[in-house]
Amino acid sequence: MSAGKSSGTEGSHGDPHLAHHFDTPTQQFESGRLGMWIFLATEILLFGGLFCAYAVYRSNHPDIFIYAHRYLDVPLGALNTAILICSSLTMAWAVRCAQLGKQRGLVILLALTLVCAFGFLGVKAIEYQHKWKHGLLWGERFAPAGEPEHGESQKENAAPAPNASPSHSAAEAVADKAASLLATATKRKRPSNVHIFFGIYFLMTGLHALHVIAGMTVIGWVLARSLRGHFTGGYFTPVDLVGLYWHLVDLIWIYLFPLLYLIH
Amino acid sequence: MESEHTHTHIVKLRVLLAVWGALLVLTYFTVAATYVDLGSLNLWVAMGVATLKGSLVALYFMHLRYDRPFNAIVFVTALVFVMLFVSLALLDTVHYKPEMIPGYAPALESPQVGE
Repeated sequence: MSAGKSSGTEGSHGDPHLAHHFDTPTQQFESGRLGMWIFLATEILLFGGLFCAYAVYRSNHPDIFIYAHRYLDVPLGALNTAILICSSLTMAWAVRCAQLGKQRGLVILLALTLVCAFGFLGVKAIEYQHKWKHGLLWGERFAPAGEPEHGESQKENAAPAPNASPSHSAAEAVADKAASLLATATKRKRPSNVHIFFGIYFLMTGLHALHVIAGMTVIGWVLARSLRGHFTGGYFTPVDLVGLYWHLVDLIWIYLFPLLYLIH
Repeated sequence: MESEHTHTHIVKLRVLLAVWGALLVLTYFTVAATYVDLGSLNLWVAMGVATLKGSLVALYFMHLRYDRPFNAIVFVTALVFVMLFVSLALLDTVHYKPEMIPGYAPALESPQVGE
């Protein structure tokens, strides 16, 4: 645009927002949307790697997931799901206001979206703090202070035989050891390698939280621009694209919530 | 009307609020469904509800329903490749020998342990 011969941002079209390499604002808008969708596709592939790790570990170690998900707080997770859904509504509504050129509505709804995002991070911080306090962390940092339901404290990577019944280990060496192991794992003792669940939990929710922070940054930017009256019914591309990004953040959480919190 | 330059679909406020309500109801439903024992079906119910919610977000909040179809093609292609990635990885992982490290994958050592 700056390289154009006609001075300033006006270009040859007379529309200050229309870059010189586009014919019409609609073409420019559609190109922007397509670019955003391609970026969102790469985001889905980025999270796809973590979803794959989740699927492989859960199919190999269902006992770990059944055991460890009890450490997560379902009401807090559900609350965060509701918060993100509400923020998606306010974002979609903000885009609608931008399309209609409603300045005040746009500012209020963007601010509400930002408030919801802060709420989500606040709840997430409470959850992380709780896990940090109780040693529910990844890898070698995993050192839980107590059991979720049974007050049994057993060392990690201990022998698979539960200390409650030593005769059990003789029986499981022979046959149906899988069934008995699974039964004991879910009922009596902690299965080994529970830290894998928390590694996956922190990676998935952590990457998601980073996306929430990135989303808040761009929402803040769009909010600042809308306060200065940059957007009209004819030009609202940044609001629309930020909205798409925010909805993707919501979309990913819609899958993370049942996969991590609601394991049966 | 007011968008004299850019021709885009403006989603009705009624539709946005209906989608929002449906998303909250589905969230309540998916939480309630975990307390009902459906065996291995629980996972599929949870994933089905999540996909329904995701579709509502994509179609109405993200305007895919009113958009040019090419954007939906980009989106669905990414999802298909993720599914391909996960399912091929799952096919492969079953073929590792669980007995190589005793007790490492107890669920794989017996064929009838499904849940």
